[in-house]
Amino acid sequence: MVDKTKESLHKAGPHLIMHDSVAQVVSQQAITGSYQCLDLEAPAIAQAAKPGQFVHLRVTGLESSALRRPFSIYGVTNTRILILYKTVGRGTEQLTRLKAGDTLAVMGPLGNGFPLQTEGQTPILVAGGYGVAPLAFLAQRLSMTGIVMIGGRTASDILCAEQFTRLGWEVQVATMDGSLGVDGLVTTLLDSWLNKHAMQPAEFFACGPDGMLRAVGERASRAGSRAWLSLDKHMVCGVGACLACVQRLRRPDGSTWMARVCKDGPVFEAQEIVWEGSP
Amino acid sequence: MSERPDLSVTLAGIRMKNPVTVASGTFGYGKEYAHLVDPRLLGAITVKGIRLLPWSGNPLPRHVEVPGGMVNAIGLQGPGVAGFIQDYLPFLRTTGVPVIVNIWGTTIEEYAEVAARLSDVEGISALELNISCPNVKEGGASFGADPRTAAELVAAVRPRTRLPIIPKLAPNVPRIQLFAKAVAEVGADALSLINTLPAMVIDIETRRPVLANKVGGLSGPAIHPVAVKLVWEASQAVRIPIIAMGGITGPEQAIEFLIAGAKAVAVGTATFIDPGTTLRVIQGIEQYLVRHHMKSVGDLSGSLVV
Repeated sequence: MVDKTKESLHKAGPHLIMHDSVAQVVSQQAITGSYQCLDLEAPAIAQAAKPGQFVHLRVTGLESSALRRPFSIYGVTNTRILILYKTVGRGTEQLTRLKAGDTLAVMGPLGNGFPLQTEGQTPILVAGGYGVAPLAFLAQRLSMTGIVMIGGRTASDILCAEQFTRLGWEVQVATMDGSLGVDGLVTTLLDSWLNKHAMQPAEFFACGPDGMLRAVGERASRAGSRAWLSLDKHMVCGVGACLACVQRLRRPDGSTWMARVCKDGPVFEAQEIVWEGSP
Repeated sequence: MSERPDLSVTLAGIRMKNPVTVASGTFGYGKEYAHLVDPRLLGAITVKGIRLLPWSGNPLPRHVEVPGGMVNAIGLQGPGVAGFIQDYLPFLRTTGVPVIVNIWGTTIEEYAEVAARLSDVEGISALELNISCPNVKEGGASFGADPRTAAELVAAVRPRTRLPIIPKLAPNVPRIQLFAKAVAEVGADALSLINTLPAMVIDIETRRPVLANKVGGLSGPAIHPVAVKLVWEASQAVRIPIIAMGGITGPEQAIEFLIAGAKAVAVGTATFIDPGTTLRVIQGIEQYLVRHHMKSVGDLSGSLVV
């Protein structure tokens, strides 16, 4: 009875697929350093998920009042979703303890996701650390291949390189300590590509820390290209209700508004974003 | 099989099919959660606070998790009266559920003006006056910190709207009874209890406040016993009904509020963690009434044994 009313409500409003269900852990694997990959059985979410969308996990084993944690969707198979994450705090530490057969509540897929058509422009993906996760999913679904630039502090922060190579992408790497690829920030790679290919039409897709996203956005704007940036913000509700994860955006007429990263994003075009401290 | 107990309540003239609503600010404008929680199953929908004009709220971070809940300083970001009526009210009307609009302002006149503008708008059942938000510099809590000011505000709003008015009181006062009486005497139709508790969290590595607003409001299970005491005290002091909120995570806390003297309850922070909490609470209250052979939820309200 409840389900029926829900269904008719979907029809009444703009169609949106969203689920909150209990998922079973299929497996959990340590990758490198403090990175983990969680494989969850979540058929409804797997079927609906688009690259750039995320899930909101209730981490089993945390106290019952603990808030949910948002994670980008790293990939999907028929009935499963993959989460690539770094252990950074008590939520992710607890998440590492989950084993095959354990269950947790998963809400999703949430957010808008990346556009999947680049209209003939070379797609250039720019990843900072675990920001590579939604871009790995994007690479599977984009209509053409291009270049992926992956940056991290050290070699063990560079993830998914082989995966991109297998899909036919050109992989470029930068590390802060020079232990892998070019010595420096990922924007070093971007700058040298832009210098060499000033006239080549490109479209940028990026996920990583705010400073990196801002730098990618500024470079893309200067080159007259679009940059789709996936913001990483602490969230509470995940559905646009609580207004904890907002970002100021600029409208075409120059006025600004506070968008909800979880609902209106997490992907925004760089020129829309009004970064803090900028005029 | 015996008849199902009657869950309906009439509160300040609002007919609710069950005594469960949502706390302002935790359920957006009803639409945000509509794909996870059918809003038509709720007793009422209480929406995020609005003032006269759009308001962008506080800088980030706006929230932090703490043991037993969270501290927030959203700062009442909202679309203003016109934006609310145009963009959010149409959906709320389709639910057929009573809509309680939480309102605020930086001056008493602004509260009165917002109340007046919403008075004859179709689809609104009541106004909740937010005189206790700890997160805005002007307005909000400053009107709720003194019984005379609270009464002055309610008295100014009263003649400007035909809608029932429900002041939402601050928990951090020495004697809640004085506030409850003061607003009841000047025409409040019901009370909402409690708002978040003023709170602060410091990052000990940087020695900076975690919230950009420096301070915020504590919500979640930690505040539930505080709220129960205040609801009980206020219900002893006034005859107008009380909507109780603060730390409900399941039917047990809601039932506790009803026993303490509340006529209805609101689920807040728990929705963020489990969006189905409201529906669990409704079901759990019904089961409790069956188990205790009570015919209606009204039999439970104020049934504290002392």
